[in-house]
Amino acid sequence: MKFSGLRVLKEGLTGNKGWTPHWRDPEPKAEYDAIIIGGGGHGLSTAYYLAKNHGMTNIAVLEKGYIGSGNIGRNTTIVRANYFLPGNSEFYSHSLKLWEGLEEDLNYNVMHSGRGMINLFHSDGQRDAFARRGNAMINQGDDAILLDREGVRKHLPYLDFENTRFPIYGGLLHPRGGTARHDAVAWGYARGADRRGVDLLQNCEVMGSDIENGVVRGVQTTRGAIRAKKVGIVVAGRSGQVAAMAGMRLPIESHVLQAFVTEGLKPCIDHVVTYGMGHFYISQSDKGGLVFGGDLDFYASYASRGNLPTAEHVMEAGMTLMPMIGKAKLLRSWGGIMDMTPDGSPIIDKTDTEGLFIDCGWCYGGFKAVPASGYAFAHLMATGQHHETASAFRLDRFRTGRGILDEEGTGSQHNLH
Amino acid sequence: MRLTCPICGARDRREFYYQGDAIALDRPAPDADAAAWDGYVHLRDNPAGVRRELWHHEAGCGSWLVVERDTSTHEVHSVALAVDVAEARG
Repeated sequence: MKFSGLRVLKEGLTGNKGWTPHWRDPEPKAEYDAIIIGGGGHGLSTAYYLAKNHGMTNIAVLEKGYIGSGNIGRNTTIVRANYFLPGNSEFYSHSLKLWEGLEEDLNYNVMHSGRGMINLFHSDGQRDAFARRGNAMINQGDDAILLDREGVRKHLPYLDFENTRFPIYGGLLHPRGGTARHDAVAWGYARGADRRGVDLLQNCEVMGSDIENGVVRGVQTTRGAIRAKKVGIVVAGRSGQVAAMAGMRLPIESHVLQAFVTEGLKPCIDHVVTYGMGHFYISQSDKGGLVFGGDLDFYASYASRGNLPTAEHVMEAGMTLMPMIGKAKLLRSWGGIMDMTPDGSPIIDKTDTEGLFIDCGWCYGGFKAVPASGYAFAHLMATGQHHETASAFRLDRFRTGRGILDEEGTGSQHNLH
Repeated sequence: MRLTCPICGARDRREFYYQGDAIALDRPAPDADAAAWDGYVHLRDNPAGVRRELWHHEAGCGSWLVVERDTSTHEVHSVALAVDVAEARG
């Protein structure tokens, strides 16, 4: 089933009776060429690019819940390429290019919206840092414009520019930054993978791994044993548990990150706005809800919910930046499980077990990486070689101290990012 | 979330700083090999369930605390002074 404007029109006139399920619900086979553990954004995009770029179609995605039930269906949907460090820059730049062609590639409306992102700054030192970051973005081939206070005012007239503690000096505009519809990204990749023959096995939780003499043979699941020559672990916040089944400890601690949505409002915030000094960022969904969040709660958690201190802090920061949102009613909040690495950057690498690969450590920034992460992880699983855009995301960089990717410049130990 | 500090009593989470896994009490010997230091500084069991953590009563008495807490429910099972835990182990 191919989506098109003509098809929408035809179905609308004939009672919408012709739509079919977006993917099959197959029974697990006894053996696949490759298994992806985790049916989130990264796992689905990995399966899609394995099939599309590498012709591997005898593969399965194992999802313990349903497609889209994890962080891919619960995030703040921001897409951007404004990284500074070599190693990160080329990867996120690649990801943004994939985002920009994603709807055509998937034949699926992921509602990608390059509406522009503005990072605010509040001191001369911060302006210098953002000017430098903007130059790094331009050198990478992406776009960045340094705005002074009046430049920001033209875009965001509703901010409190005279904030006593953090007066607004200007902002770094990343015009191609924006948002996408998170569920549709999962559905689009799932459909795209399924159409190429990938089995999406839902309600299929991995309970153990079969490893013989240092070589992976398959996995034990709630739907039986499944053999495979290659297994990829792509389970975000649950990386620690799945890696433990393979006898590994990871440089990861899972933390909770909260986010919030208000009732639907008329269009009022046209950009993605970040207020780093207040630990606050916001955008408005196409449905009208203000979608915003802040920092981690800063303690280990799998509870999928946070505590009041961080919620209060985020609301206070929002009110100091843009008092106009004070009367909006909060509709819901949630907490996602974040796989935090010591340096705040991800891992896409082989493991010490032959045939076992891992893609994890996305911290609180995994959504924008969904296309490029799957692209690079599929390349690694299919060819055994790191993709050129993701060669810095090594698992051993903490042990060796070589290639630490500390984008924030806050250190490379746990609880610093 | 509240923690019951052995010195100050039950206090709000805002008063405490979370340091991380209580592995920090098990510092390797200075001449330990690289794997031991990697395990100490970077690698974590990261369990979904009960684990031991180090918290600092930063806005209270300043004590370092060993907290047994369930990461799946946020339930706190016990709080002890880190100095007592360390001394009990000798």
